[in-house]
Amino acid sequence: MRHLFATVAGKAVKAVARLRGGGSALPGLVAERIDPQFLPRTLGNLPRGVVVISGTNGKTTTTKMVVELLQGQGLKVFTNRTGSNFTRGVVAAVLGDSDVRGRLDADIAVLELDEAHAVHFVKLVRPRYSLLLNVMRDQLDRFGEIETTAGFLRQIAAATTDAVVLNREDPRILALANAVTAPRIEYFGLAPQLRHMFPHDDEMRNAVAAEVPGATPGLEGGQPEGPRADVVLTACEGSAATFQADGHPIEVELKLTGVYNVFNAAAALVLARTVLGPAVDEPALLASLQNVTPAFGRGESLTVNGQPLDLVLVKNPAGFRLALKSFPAAGSRTMIAINDNYADGRDMSWLWDVDFDSLRETGVAEVSGVRAQDMGLRLFYEDVPVGRVDTDLNASLHRFIADDPDSPKRIYCTYTAMLALRRELGKLTEVEVVS
Amino acid sequence: MDAPVIDLLQLYPRDMNIYGDWGNVLVLRKRLALRGYDVRLHEYNPGDTFPEQVDLVVGGGGQDSGQNKIQADLLAQGGRLRELADDGLPMLAVCGLYQLFGHRFTTHTGEVITGIGLLDAETVGGPTRLIGNTVLDSDEFGTVIGYENHSGLTTLGVEVQPFGRVTKGDGNNGTDGTEGARYRNVIATYLHGSLLPKNPAVADYLIRHAAERRYGSFNDVALDIPHEAEARTDAAARPR
Ligand SMILES: [Zn+2]
Repeated sequence: MRHLFATVAGKAVKAVARLRGGGSALPGLVAERIDPQFLPRTLGNLPRGVVVISGTNGKTTTTKMVVELLQGQGLKVFTNRTGSNFTRGVVAAVLGDSDVRGRLDADIAVLELDEAHAVHFVKLVRPRYSLLLNVMRDQLDRFGEIETTAGFLRQIAAATTDAVVLNREDPRILALANAVTAPRIEYFGLAPQLRHMFPHDDEMRNAVAAEVPGATPGLEGGQPEGPRADVVLTACEGSAATFQADGHPIEVELKLTGVYNVFNAAAALVLARTVLGPAVDEPALLASLQNVTPAFGRGESLTVNGQPLDLVLVKNPAGFRLALKSFPAAGSRTMIAINDNYADGRDMSWLWDVDFDSLRETGVAEVSGVRAQDMGLRLFYEDVPVGRVDTDLNASLHRFIADDPDSPKRIYCTYTAMLALRRELGKLTEVEVVS
Repeated sequence: MDAPVIDLLQLYPRDMNIYGDWGNVLVLRKRLALRGYDVRLHEYNPGDTFPEQVDLVVGGGGQDSGQNKIQADLLAQGGRLRELADDGLPMLAVCGLYQLFGHRFTTHTGEVITGIGLLDAETVGGPTRLIGNTVLDSDEFGTVIGYENHSGLTTLGVEVQPFGRVTKGDGNNGTDGTEGARYRNVIATYLHGSLLPKNPAVADYLIRHAAERRYGSFNDVALDIPHEAEARTDAAARPR
């Protein structure tokens, strides 16, 4: 009875919160307070269990990929699509999708969870599968240190019952293998010739090694091969990718761009293959994969004045470096918008760990956002020519478009800058409404 | 005539490079180059040969794991570094390296990590992290702007002076108002940001002493760096 009451109360609060335009976590809070067994009961009974996806970069798009791959195999998938990647957000999402008795009509749940929140979550519901993507410097403001974050992921790995999927190329993720208690570990990986495109944080400063003759070469050179990976990304050219899956080459044309998205597709493939087992319908899996589009707010392509305008979300040094390597600067006009609001992180130190030399040739037309001046100073010290530095985001955006209407455009932006830019772009073109 | 050379040594870049301290190296290199110096950049990691000629030393913050990796090597180099500091070699030690330049670091579990005692300072692990935008008032350098992120609480001895006094932020320990340490031409601080891009007075102090110590003079050209003043103003006004 208590459970029924919790569901009804939660749903009532959800309706009220919607009317007020409030956040998605409040109804979850109410349900959690009234019935702490709410999540174990609703999610714990799904026929194919729960999948947890965590890591610093790429969670949202990877989760979307996994969901669509599994749906393409005929599974009913529950997911926390609204970006509520913390326990209460999951409760709220369950409330939204469950009937009045709190039953979820789904075969499997695929959940994106923030590292720290995932630890809380796995104490309530042990996932059958988990996928751990990477550990990078991102949320130091919240957690203090990378090792702390790796410790969170270790607890997720340890709590998983059936299989854990790990990134073979991230040493901190690879090291989690010894924490796994599940009978099965699978890996996704990169062919050696692609590894240089994914420097992990410990290798960031090897820029020096490349620049200074005689300087110490970094760790990159003599890395051992590591365990066998179920899916390996072997080539990536724009949106065309080649994977080696279980020894067989797969060539696909994706709707995702950026090599880091393509690498996450390898992760999604491994996870889907692990969940499905021998019953997997391979052609359907590849068809689903080719249709996946990036998750909302993780970078998207709009059309303005008949020209493409890409928004690329950047939130940490590794992500920014990967984005710069993923998209060639030539042929596009570039803008960078850096905010330091709470959701972006206050610390601007990370801008100094990104190499911007790939922008030297084309320069950056507009630098904007709350910390535009910091970014301008950063580019000066990298010898990158800058058109204009202006903290007024809308003014920068309009100049950026008007000054050269006939060229393709790309804007690298932090999270709150992206939201603001989308709002303003909505006045010029069709943009999905941001709530 | 060849340009005069300055040998810049980056200490432990492999294990102690987190939180954007690379920016300090970039700034020193560029500001030296703009004044006509040829910069030779050396990386020193555990087990490497210490270069013969060093004019300027910089080192950054690290994870606890990074500090463990370098500690034995740093102790082995301690005598050399103390000698160089006593001889007036300019050094910048940020965060983790600042702590290890002191006498010791006692972690919150009671483990004692021995430092090299180059600075009369000692650190104990604190219960929380002191994080946020930070502004100092320094007699030597005016307003200093940065971002602190540390859990160690440092107390200064009588042989060193504070780098500055906090007007925003926690500083060395959150209680006595001091931030960082100064000893001869050594500057130690918890400030990242990176520190030097937005604090050109500090960068030029290090450069000046490096050049004067090696060549007896410094090519003191005023630099006009775009966005420098504005970046300072904006950063100082941001919430903690
Ligand atoms: Zn620090």
